Amino acid sequence: MTSTAPSPAELEERFDATIAADQRIEPRDWMPEAYRKSLIRQIAQHAHSEIIGMQPEGNWLLRAPSLRRKAILLAKVQDEAGHGMYLYAAAETLGVDREELTEKLIDSRQKYSSIFNYPTLSWADIGVIGWLVDGAAICNQVPLCRCSYGPYARAMIRICKEESFHQRQGYESLLALANGTEAQREMVQESTNRWWWPSLMMFGPADGDSPNTRQSMEWGIKRHTNDELRQRFVDMTVPQAEALGVTLPDPDLRWNDERGAYDFGEPDWSEFKAVISGAGPANRQRLAHRRRAHENGAWVREAARAYADKQAARAEAGA
Amino acid sequence: MSGQDMNPQDVTPEGGHGAVPTAGVETGADTKPARRTWPLYEVFVRGKRGLNHVHVGSLHAADDEMALHNARDVYTRRNEGVSIWVVRADAIAASSPDEKDPFFAPSADKVYRHPTFYAIPEEVPHL
Repeated sequence: MTSTAPSPAELEERFDATIAADQRIEPRDWMPEAYRKSLIRQIAQHAHSEIIGMQPEGNWLLRAPSLRRKAILLAKVQDEAGHGMYLYAAAETLGVDREELTEKLIDSRQKYSSIFNYPTLSWADIGVIGWLVDGAAICNQVPLCRCSYGPYARAMIRICKEESFHQRQGYESLLALANGTEAQREMVQESTNRWWWPSLMMFGPADGDSPNTRQSMEWGIKRHTNDELRQRFVDMTVPQAEALGVTLPDPDLRWNDERGAYDFGEPDWSEFKAVISGAGPANRQRLAHRRRAHENGAWVREAARAYADKQAARAEAGA
Repeated sequence: MSGQDMNPQDVTPEGGHGAVPTAGVETGADTKPARRTWPLYEVFVRGKRGLNHVHVGSLHAADDEMALHNARDVYTRRNEGVSIWVVRADAIAASSPDEKDPFFAPSADKVYRHPTFYAIPEEVPHL
């Protein structure tokens, strides 16, 4: 079969046409180098976030108040690991190696979401993480199901199905506390006070003229701006807080009839910057734990490899 | 990167769980020689009887048996499958480096392979 290779301009044209038609880019398609890099960064750091995200919740596995809650939490933490795996698999289709990504995480050459650098101080934190942190994650993640890169979009569809369980179990466990004793209700309020602002920060700084966001939107990777998603989250959450009987710790929070949406205050961006740059309450602990787990698992990976080699050699000798 | 020199615009909520830095993050493949790690497997799951196996993703495992166990744990935690195939990624032959492929061009010019190619009088039933 004879076919002349398409020119770079033709390749770019095809890529642009695929994006314009809202079709998906697949792994072996030609893509601009910047698109590939942008996706590697996004998917890898998303995967790292899922993996590090197991730690704040894992902290309460052995202290869950009942067997029912423990089984639920265990399933949730296992899901987070699974989400990390789906995402590493998607990242690998772009030509990076999973092992390499793990090393970049533990060497801090790639990061993870700031939200996981906050400690889980009470049992109510587990419920509030499901309700607010996973609720915010859902706002961010649902539009990613339509991301222009096929493997990422497909991974996000699986993840979003599971996130719904995460959010509902969190809210249900808070309802149980809200219907409990005065001390339990106070625990929910105290936890909500600590997690509300970090959850709003999950959407990132206010829409600026960030060339990065604009480019991501042009490429169909990102579908909504930071502020749009944050507004959506606040509007969704306020009635849930009312049903729970907790107050969201924002004196500026009120319904705006004109906009048909809630007005709300500005998160403390200096705290956000400090946490994401490594000065959060648990940054060091999270990375140290991840590094330790990776290093302690090295002999298992090597032993499994040696066993596989031995079995393969025996099979060959016996054949 | 320290807190002082981070530009807020270098941070976006890309990646579900919230804002992460976008500047100063490595994205390339490492140039150092790769250590001998577990091979990559592609995973295919049959959702239920009567359906084909469908590609769902990939994973790493030391051997076939471990790949099957890992595939069960990663891809079928909620009854998503009744049967799993795993295959070493390096054993898959694929049509070409580009999904828009001249390889498939011959199928585009044989309209007579489709039932709609044939004009049948309207009054003729069951055709």
